Amino acid sequence: MISRDTDWDGVRLHVVTGKGGTGKTTVAAAMALALASAGRKVLLIEVEGRQGIARLFDAPPLPYDERKIALGLGTRGEGGDVYALAVDPEGALLDYLAMFYNLRRAGTALTKLGVVDFATTIAPGLSDVLVTGKATEATRRRTRPGAKDSPHTYDAVVMDAPPTGRIGRFLNVSTEVSDLAKVGPIRTHADTVAKVIRSPQTAVHFVTTLEEMPVQETLDGLAELRALTGGAIAAGGVFVNMVRATMLDKDELAAAAGGTLDVAALATGLKLAGIGDEQTLAADLAVELKEHALQVRLQDRARETIRTAGRPSYELPMLTDGVDLAGLYELAAALREQGAA
Amino acid sequence: MSTPPRLDLERIIDDRRTRIIVCCGSGGVGKTTAAAAIGLCAAERGRQACVLTVDPARRLAQSMGLTSLDNTPRQVDGVDAANGGSLHAMMLDMKRTFDEIVEAHADPDRAAQILANPFYQSLSSSFAGTQEYMAMEKLGQLRHANEWDLIVVDTPPSRSALDFLDAPQRLGRFLDGRLIRLLTAPARSGISAMRMLNAGFSMMTGALTKILGAQVLRDAQTFVTALDTMFGGFRERAESTYRLLQAPGTAFLVVAAPEPDALREASYFVERLAEERMPLAGLILNRVHTSPAARLSAARSLAAAENLEMPGTHNDNGASPGTVLADTGLADTGLAAAALRMHAERMQLGKRERRLAEHFTSAHPAVPVVEVAAQPEDVHDLAGLRVIGALLSGD
Repeated sequence: MISRDTDWDGVRLHVVTGKGGTGKTTVAAAMALALASAGRKVLLIEVEGRQGIARLFDAPPLPYDERKIALGLGTRGEGGDVYALAVDPEGALLDYLAMFYNLRRAGTALTKLGVVDFATTIAPGLSDVLVTGKATEATRRRTRPGAKDSPHTYDAVVMDAPPTGRIGRFLNVSTEVSDLAKVGPIRTHADTVAKVIRSPQTAVHFVTTLEEMPVQETLDGLAELRALTGGAIAAGGVFVNMVRATMLDKDELAAAAGGTLDVAALATGLKLAGIGDEQTLAADLAVELKEHALQVRLQDRARETIRTAGRPSYELPMLTDGVDLAGLYELAAALREQGAA
Repeated sequence: MSTPPRLDLERIIDDRRTRIIVCCGSGGVGKTTAAAAIGLCAAERGRQACVLTVDPARRLAQSMGLTSLDNTPRQVDGVDAANGGSLHAMMLDMKRTFDEIVEAHADPDRAAQILANPFYQSLSSSFAGTQEYMAMEKLGQLRHANEWDLIVVDTPPSRSALDFLDAPQRLGRFLDGRLIRLLTAPARSGISAMRMLNAGFSMMTGALTKILGAQVLRDAQTFVTALDTMFGGFRERAESTYRLLQAPGTAFLVVAAPEPDALREASYFVERLAEERMPLAGLILNRVHTSPAARLSAARSLAAAENLEMPGTHNDNGASPGTVLADTGLADTGLAAAALRMHAERMQLGKRERRLAEHFTSAHPAVPVVEVAAQPEDVHDLAGLRVIGALLSGD
């Protein structure tokens, strides 16, 4: 593989958040594919129990188990491996008990008694720490357990995290838990998790579209992350999804938006293309062009706002045919081209 | 090809028996905007409407031109009152709503004890579940106050549309659960203490202490013991709100964008509402891409664009498309080619959306649908809401 610098060299845990409907899962998956260049192993984690990754990759529902789901985007046709894992608080609790206390059976009993319900209902901070704990464990894991000189099991971990409105609290595990537990094992665990999340190994990426409200939520999310953690959790890039390209130049866009497009010249052009009824069609297409121009203007304005955040940003095209596996690789290629991975 | 019945929103709004409209659907489909547009439309058609939104991003505030919303409904300015209607809007303050329930159900000492408990603070200010539960609580309060004859609720922006139906029950199940019985057992009779032992209590507390630490367990015990005394009240409220949602005066509107995920959620929701015997009014299919030139198909449009882009076809010097002099006047072939290509793209997008909508309708043929065309610009004022309202009413 050709080694080259990317904007996130050194980052091993990529946390991907975004407003609902912006395509957070899609971007996380594309990022995982882009990071998994030849020889590299990447783990893609989902935490909300929606099985969005399985659907995206057209695979059966993911168990609580790390499974190979795709080949990474190759340079010269050879990609690394993308593994996927769906984490749920219940599985993470059992995992935690088994891993640290050798208490899997007790864990099963606790599940039956509703301890997991307890954790998720009364103290979401507790279930968050279990879920993020799984992601940080995978990030730190080495091929030979405990041997600091052995390579990491995964070169990178990408987490499809909760939406922007919840991300600050979700990641601020140590503080959330310390309100509940001043001392004790869960506190120690939370502190270990926090150490990874607050290290330069972790970056939080925001997914948005070029619309007013998602962009505003991105800025709010960045501000919240800063406010909650005093800058200890590093903000990553802004991933702008579903960007619509334009085929018009600046003057044409201005004319279309202002309703001063030369409809007669458009009609004659249509006639040359061999289309009949060109007068009414030109008028109808002018309406489409006006809407398009307004949208482009809105996109430009949104871009300007994103720029004020001062974060690196990447643009991903709108896929007219919907997101399928081929589309995911297309997005992954766009990310790599722009230096995101 | 199945055509769904048309959702007649005007009839629902004008029917004075409609007292509650619940807008639900997955995040990012335009629920808040739809709820606000319906509220405004209802107010301008003569209803005393109140819109309840539950959104930390304060989207409704933005879309209604308000700078702040708090836990009490505020009158919205700029509403056309010619028909005698009015519009209020409020944004849910989840923590305050929860605090108020505690204060209403416990004596002052106990209330203070609960409010100061770290578990209560975590529960009442976190988003998962509590928000949904408090939204339903607030809806119950507003309905009870009887100051408005129509309440429009925008459900919390959860990833899953079902969360808001499940959350109140989950909290209820939790408060009624076995774990709570065990944790509160020391405060109860000796008989339940015996039962506890049989349930393997020592192993469980042992494990819990290991995970959480003894102090956390004590805090949790104190909290649930305190909560237990007011649990009856909690449960009663949740149940009465649930019954309110099943009543004929309620209309559920499922909002979805023509995207696979959003429509899948909408499908689940429709099935779930039927199971719960909750009155579904129909589906709002938001942000649909239509074309005023739909008679020109994507394929023909693309072919025509390629025709124009072929060098040397329309001008003598073989240059790429631009402005050329045709027999009938000046022709902008570059603009025409771009317009045709973009039209083809729009038609393709529209076709994909149509297919997704048809999937939904073939699974739920009886569910009425209204489509709202994608707007070129964001909605952030009353005028924009009126446009959406008009599209919803089919004008």
